[in-house]
Amino acid sequence: MSLDTTYQGRNFRSVGTRPLRPDGVDKVTGRARYGADFNMPGQLVARILRSPHAHARIVRIDTSRAEALKGVKAVVTAADLPDLTEGDQGLFNTLENCMARTEVLYDGHAVAAVAAIDARVAKQALKLIEVEYEVLPHVTDVDMAARPDAPKANGTAPNIAKQTEFGHGDVDAGFARADVIVERSFLTEQTHQGYIEPHACVASCNSDGTAEMWVCTQGHFVYRQTCASLLGLDVSKLRVTSSEIGGGFGGKTHVWAEPVALALSRKAGRPVKLVMSREEVFRASGPTSATSIDVKIGATKDGRITAATAHLRYSNGPYADGWAEMGAMTSFACYDLENVKTVGSEILVNRPKVAAYRAPSAPMAAFAVESAVDELAQKLGIDPVEFRIQNAASEGTRSSYGPVYGPIGIGPTLEAAKAHDHMKAPLGPNQGRGMACGFWFNFGGQTCTDLNINADGTVTLAVGTVDVGGSRASLSLIAAEELGIDYKDVKAVVADTATLGYNDMTDGSRGTFSSSMATISAARNAIEVMRQRAALIWDIPVEDIDWEDGHAVARGENYGNLPPLSVADIAAEAGTTGGPIAGHSEIVADGAGVSFATHICDVEVDPETGSTRIKRYTVIQDAGKAVHPSYVEGQYQGGAAQGIGWALNEEYVYGEDGRLQNPGFLDYRIPVCSDLPMIDTQILEIPNPNHPYGVRGVGETSIVPPLAAIANAISNAVGVRMTHIPMSPPRILAALDREKAG
Amino acid sequence: MASLPVSTTINSDDVEYLCHADESLLDVLRDRLGLMGAKEGCGTGDCGACSVIMDGRVVCSCLVLGAEAEGRNIETIEGMADGNTLHPLQQKFIEHAALQCGICTPGFLMAAKALLDTNPDPSEEEIRFWLAGNLCRCTGYDKIVRAVADAAIVMREERA
Repeated sequence: MSLDTTYQGRNFRSVGTRPLRPDGVDKVTGRARYGADFNMPGQLVARILRSPHAHARIVRIDTSRAEALKGVKAVVTAADLPDLTEGDQGLFNTLENCMARTEVLYDGHAVAAVAAIDARVAKQALKLIEVEYEVLPHVTDVDMAARPDAPKANGTAPNIAKQTEFGHGDVDAGFARADVIVERSFLTEQTHQGYIEPHACVASCNSDGTAEMWVCTQGHFVYRQTCASLLGLDVSKLRVTSSEIGGGFGGKTHVWAEPVALALSRKAGRPVKLVMSREEVFRASGPTSATSIDVKIGATKDGRITAATAHLRYSNGPYADGWAEMGAMTSFACYDLENVKTVGSEILVNRPKVAAYRAPSAPMAAFAVESAVDELAQKLGIDPVEFRIQNAASEGTRSSYGPVYGPIGIGPTLEAAKAHDHMKAPLGPNQGRGMACGFWFNFGGQTCTDLNINADGTVTLAVGTVDVGGSRASLSLIAAEELGIDYKDVKAVVADTATLGYNDMTDGSRGTFSSSMATISAARNAIEVMRQRAALIWDIPVEDIDWEDGHAVARGENYGNLPPLSVADIAAEAGTTGGPIAGHSEIVADGAGVSFATHICDVEVDPETGSTRIKRYTVIQDAGKAVHPSYVEGQYQGGAAQGIGWALNEEYVYGEDGRLQNPGFLDYRIPVCSDLPMIDTQILEIPNPNHPYGVRGVGETSIVPPLAAIANAISNAVGVRMTHIPMSPPRILAALDREKAG
Repeated sequence: MASLPVSTTINSDDVEYLCHADESLLDVLRDRLGLMGAKEGCGTGDCGACSVIMDGRVVCSCLVLGAEAEGRNIETIEGMADGNTLHPLQQKFIEHAALQCGICTPGFLMAAKALLDTNPDPSEEEIRFWLAGNLCRCTGYDKIVRAVADAAIVMREERA
């Protein structure tokens, strides 16, 4: 049965409540098993040797002394991972990023790996591997790399690897009509997702060509596909189980060292456990782009934007992906613009391959655009919220990246901000208030779900989207809602790759959105089966049976004496009515509703030290429908906190030698508990017309506005426009000094 | 490398093990004793995911040598619940949705227990500064602080 995904409105009995999560007890008792918490018999321990150079040619690798060390069972280099990518450039980049082939392309690039009987021997073996490098010129800064005389970051490819353009109208004509124009350049430094759990996996290749992997990932089906391609395995012969995941935020959507673990296991003939150190996580996985962005916006005296442009340069690491492209798409998505143009340039540098980080690329673009919008409102003497309301996109607006919007939340979040107490609270000395808006596309994607009715009438829901923050609770609520049964009677699990059909990653805020759509579909299919079974039990036509509040109900006066059949009643008869009862669903979850948020922030800046304290923070975001409001609030608060860290502290610091200087949590300082205030949330619910319950993804948008909201707040507190993220104390003091110097 | 014999108390049980002189208590707990609740987030004492309580003080077990546990009293997350009865902090963490991914949760619970064992009525500021050695990347700490404050109320009522 095909699923009608149209939102029809309903009175919810389960959705919108706040039950305890099904994995809660495991996680507070230490029983939950994460990537590093799994062991296999005869398991070896793996360690990776990494490049000390930002860019170098590998002249020679000699692993013979390491191989000869007692206790070493396998050593691998690129030679053990032959190129099977058949011209697929993206896949080749992944392969080369896992293990350098002819050149190392950044500090921390893997060059060899060992598997030994324990960590001590493995570490000793790394020291015995001899690598001769011919050091090559490097470049790590995004603006330096874009200059024509810059060293090339990767082979002969130009550093400006790709350019994309979006927009419509005539921006020159638009600027000609403007009374006031703001034109500014902005910089943001590179940050890391900062998940607390380092990458970890246990890989086991058998002599019969089958293999298993336990791994912390946001997408075990995608890891299976990628690893199978790189190792030359049949997809069916590699079974991947996702562990509990200790944070990902996009950083665990990419394969890093898993193919290396498989290669080691294949060579050693034993299971291999590979866990990255924190230093390796920083040097060799995940970071988001550093950016350099020019923005120009013009408006008439009465506050109507006439034209807007942005040129966005995003560092990509040594490989051209589409990070600037996404920045260019999201830049002006909040606004209804007649004339708009954005250009995104992908810049290659000798830094780690950039990975997705929560609403990837959008926070930096929003920082630049929302800072300029704020400045424009100031110049026009219009309240910043009013100015945004006047120019906000709404249903029917053609977005700056192309599509025409349906019902959206930007206007309502702004109106809610305008009406919020926070906007009226008094400010003290050295304090400033800022606000900003944010947008994220959201994503749906391929999704497969099984809903099994057990013999006692309880339900097991098997989903293929990794639970990154409470989605098993949300999806259990959805199944309970659709079936009309209690939440406690549903148990949701994340199935492995051998027991469920393919699922895309948990990315694009799609986990609850897409798996709930598939769960509703599977539940409706199961209800259909249960109605048929009830028809057999009662011996009446199925057309005369309705499904109400978790029961089959015979309709019409003729059946007045038939008591309704519960799920348990029907399940009890399964053996005589046709066998096990289940509902399945395989869909492409189209129609992920776009998401908008408005954030308000108060800061206090110490004029002597340049240190900033967040005094108050409010997140207002459209959820479509909040399935489990506690975990929706959690997404809002978590994204805001990551944005606060990005805005004030976090940055990759590279030396002249092209090496990362702060690969640890001491020097790469993410917000701690005493840095932050409570983070207030307001959930708006503007139903997504393309989801049966109106659900939109909620995970990512919350990280988009903070950089700009905090920059606007600091700018208002100190009277100087802040243009460089993070706004660390030295940068704020320097900005104040520049202002004083005039 | 020669191994050292260690006799200690873990979650009220007498425990004996052999470990290398340079082996951390975290590695002993995880790799030798199968107590995997303490997590390694950094190995340098910066994230608190490996927090355990030693003689009443919260410590990063990655910064304590296994040999240093000799004669000490160690509490880990595995010993926090009383059989099937959760400690009030554990219960409140679930009720307040004070965890998302949950990797930092055992460390937070250990640190919060050490706080409430010594200060039964902490202010929000005291909670925030006490927990500043434990990193959480998911929650923004809001719900964690509320869960700890709420657990403190329950524990005070239980004592009264």
